[in-house]
Amino acid sequence: MTDVMRFLPQGEDDLRRMLETVGVSAVSELFASIPARLRLPSPPDLPPRQSEMELRRTMGSMASRNATPATHAWFLGAGAYNHYVPAAVGQLLLRSEFYTSYTPYQPEISQGTLQAIFEYQSLMASLTELDVSNASLYDGASAAAEGVLLAHRATRKKRVLLADGLHPNYRRVVKTYVQHLGLEIVPIPVGADGRTDLDALARLRDGDTAIVVLQSPNIFGCIEDVKQAVGIARQVGALVQVVVTEALSMGLLHGPGHWGADIAAGEGQSLGCPLQFGGPYLGFMVAREALTRQMPGRLVGATVDVDGRQAYVLTLVTREQHIRREKATSNICTNQGLLALAATIQMCLLGKAGMREVAEQNHSKAVWARDLLAKIEGCRPRFSAPIFNEFVLDMPADASDVSDGLLARGIVGGLPLAVIDETMSRSMLFCVTEMNTREEIEKLAASLQEILA
Amino acid sequence: MTDKPAAPAPSSPSRDRGAGTRGLTRLEKAIFEMGSAGRRGYSLPPLDVPAADVSDLGPAVRTEVADFPEVSEVDVVRHFVRLSRLNYAVDMGLYPLGSCTMKYNPKINEEVARIDGFARIHPMQSEKSVQGALALMHELDVLLRSITGMHRFTLQPAAGAQGEMVGVMMARAHLTRRGDPRSIVLIPDSAHGTNPASAHLAGYRVEEIASNDRGCVDVEALARRMGPDVAALMLTNPNTLGIFERDIEAICAIVHEKGGLVYMDGANMNALVGVARPGDMGVDILHLNLHKTFSTPHGGGGPGSGPVGVVRALEPYLPVPTIEGGAAEFRLDWNRPDSIGKVTTFLGNFGMHVRAYCYIMSLGAAGLRMATERAVLNANYLRARLRDTYRLPYDQPTLHEVILDDSRQKGTGITTLDIAKRLMDYGFHPPTIYFPLVVPGAIMVEPTETEPLEELDRFVDAMKSIDREARENPELVHTAPHATPVRRLDEAGAARRPVLRYKRGG
Repeated sequence: MTDVMRFLPQGEDDLRRMLETVGVSAVSELFASIPARLRLPSPPDLPPRQSEMELRRTMGSMASRNATPATHAWFLGAGAYNHYVPAAVGQLLLRSEFYTSYTPYQPEISQGTLQAIFEYQSLMASLTELDVSNASLYDGASAAAEGVLLAHRATRKKRVLLADGLHPNYRRVVKTYVQHLGLEIVPIPVGADGRTDLDALARLRDGDTAIVVLQSPNIFGCIEDVKQAVGIARQVGALVQVVVTEALSMGLLHGPGHWGADIAAGEGQSLGCPLQFGGPYLGFMVAREALTRQMPGRLVGATVDVDGRQAYVLTLVTREQHIRREKATSNICTNQGLLALAATIQMCLLGKAGMREVAEQNHSKAVWARDLLAKIEGCRPRFSAPIFNEFVLDMPADASDVSDGLLARGIVGGLPLAVIDETMSRSMLFCVTEMNTREEIEKLAASLQEILA
Repeated sequence: MTDKPAAPAPSSPSRDRGAGTRGLTRLEKAIFEMGSAGRRGYSLPPLDVPAADVSDLGPAVRTEVADFPEVSEVDVVRHFVRLSRLNYAVDMGLYPLGSCTMKYNPKINEEVARIDGFARIHPMQSEKSVQGALALMHELDVLLRSITGMHRFTLQPAAGAQGEMVGVMMARAHLTRRGDPRSIVLIPDSAHGTNPASAHLAGYRVEEIASNDRGCVDVEALARRMGPDVAALMLTNPNTLGIFERDIEAICAIVHEKGGLVYMDGANMNALVGVARPGDMGVDILHLNLHKTFSTPHGGGGPGSGPVGVVRALEPYLPVPTIEGGAAEFRLDWNRPDSIGKVTTFLGNFGMHVRAYCYIMSLGAAGLRMATERAVLNANYLRARLRDTYRLPYDQPTLHEVILDDSRQKGTGITTLDIAKRLMDYGFHPPTIYFPLVVPGAIMVEPTETEPLEELDRFVDAMKSIDREARENPELVHTAPHATPVRRLDEAGAARRPVLRYKRGG
């Protein structure tokens, strides 16, 4: 067991002394409170343990069975984006003081975490053009769901209008969260140009509408007319939540608050979190100040200590489960703190100029790619609405066959859209980011041409 | 022996440790007060396609992201390194937060999770291009089944509280299918606050049941209360007092007999892994916290991961998608009509699954059991050494954590809060305090298995020294901490006039 001992720092003499102090002759006596028939006669059936060297080999071989942007040209987005993360982000996250600490319940020895969250809240408020950001939620979909619950608490109304342009997994998660609370979910269709059908929204809203939820850029990559949507919702007193799954888009596009939305919620993965198969990611929520006391999750506020020094602390805790129990604004406890830190560092590194430049590169490359692919015989962009870094291409073949063909050519293509809508089996959602070179985009076009020929 | 920290504010950085290190540590300005126009910390290759005309996007385009900093990489790195030095962390020493299981996080796990083939894979890429990741998730499920005796796990919940919501929703789905979802969830008064909050989200009313004088579920009271309106009992075992519910089989039988389900909060599984299995006790639903029991780092508040295991009868209700198939080819199954639905955007906190898998594979069955034994021995060692100084509200051998209270210090005017704050001057993170709610002035100490004896002794000495200080110089304790970057904060003021974002000149 010598190898196991590296995480178990008690030596033989230590154990003897401890047993003696406790007054037992063997550790097993300490488990006497567990009825004997429930105690396992031998340890559970698990594979043989591995030394660090063996483990590295096993895990390396498992990892090598996965295609990555290091092995393939990458054009898949749909809520999880391949962006560059500067080396400084990864190294700072490995500071033990950050990643091996707990929730900052003791502010005197947690100012590092607390100040970082305060800066995160400030940056997210600026980015979304809203007032109050919480300290993070699990991910984009659960953040969207928490926003719906918030609206229900704040308005006491029961109708929830969910745009079909919302990522399908987000729609699923919202449904799961509200299924036992007596809320009614009403879908808002997408119009021919790829944006939410605002005439339909005007017909569907009513005095019992708690909230209107739309995503921009939406699941088809189209930038929504948030201003108009807000205007329509306001007439019946409904709140508006704008979901953002591609947070980097706000380097170029106005945040939801600019158009009068009440809540911005979504996915911060684009801001410094690796793809890592869908998580851990960063759920964010930023709201108007009037909704502060309805916020789910943790909030960090500025204050002073007894000597008058500026300091930070978890605040407005009476909203939370450990105080309010079943009447809390959410059941969330552990959140995604380390990912919020990653986003804070990434946003600081990017800064004012970098946010803009990387967002413009995404946009330019996506537009160029779209126009290039549109030249392929039988292909055309499905929607006319403006895009950020994703677009839908209609093709003269089944999109999942095209996806297989691309994979065989070393390319992970876009998302075959039959997973969202069966009538879109010949459509693919492509994503182009700053990570895609012109050469890769040209290779994509050539491969697509070959597959469709 | 521990040196007694000087009072009130030691200026020498030589002997104290942890966040108490002053001198080189200073408070840090907000990033928004740093840098200057034109500085940047990020570089991109030149755009290699024609620039798009952003005016095509019309009024959607913003002029700039106002208030974002203009700082160099050097500025950013120094800022966050300096901030990090204001934190205490388990890599610095004992972090005895009861119920939170702050154990050492093995370093190989961080490296493995950063391999491209795990860190740079996309949750919606085709199943055939991501077989290694699906295999890992399947294998982790199988390992957790062996460890807990449950039939099958979902790895989707992002943290324990979300796992609770999933678990109670599955109970509801099952009962609904049997004809009546029922209306009440019973929760012991010693439970975590997330339990009632999660049950509420699943549409249940929460009813508290009192503990008996041993801190355990009162079996007779449960038998009297259990009826056809009760959907489930949610309990933590060992409970939040560190005591094993020795009547667990009888408890499960009472609930089952009246058609209810037993949900076990696995927050305290660090006392059971390799020793006993909830699945053998009659538990129907169990959530685990990979960030507690299975060593994935807490990250300053997250991420966590809260897999939920169920008995066979509840399998149809697991969240979608499930991972199906075998070594030849794994696939995601979305077609599960009885599923409660989806709870996270994608497949959960996969990066944490990788780390937990590595942890289990590193220790193996015997190692996991040994870890549990050492966790329990460490807790009992602290109990034995502190019982003469602090009152033990439940004076019996404990499992992985020990609860003290401040009643013996009552005459000094010193409270649990003061003791906790003073511990920081000795270079420790305080234990969990004032929880569980059933123990007034609770001090809940969970050392975990990864603490060496000398660290435990140092903690004991600090606790004894604080007790002496409470009698000889109570003001010193009452005004603690003295050696931390900041001292006690005006928390009431923070809540009364919330300042939740940086404002220039504010």
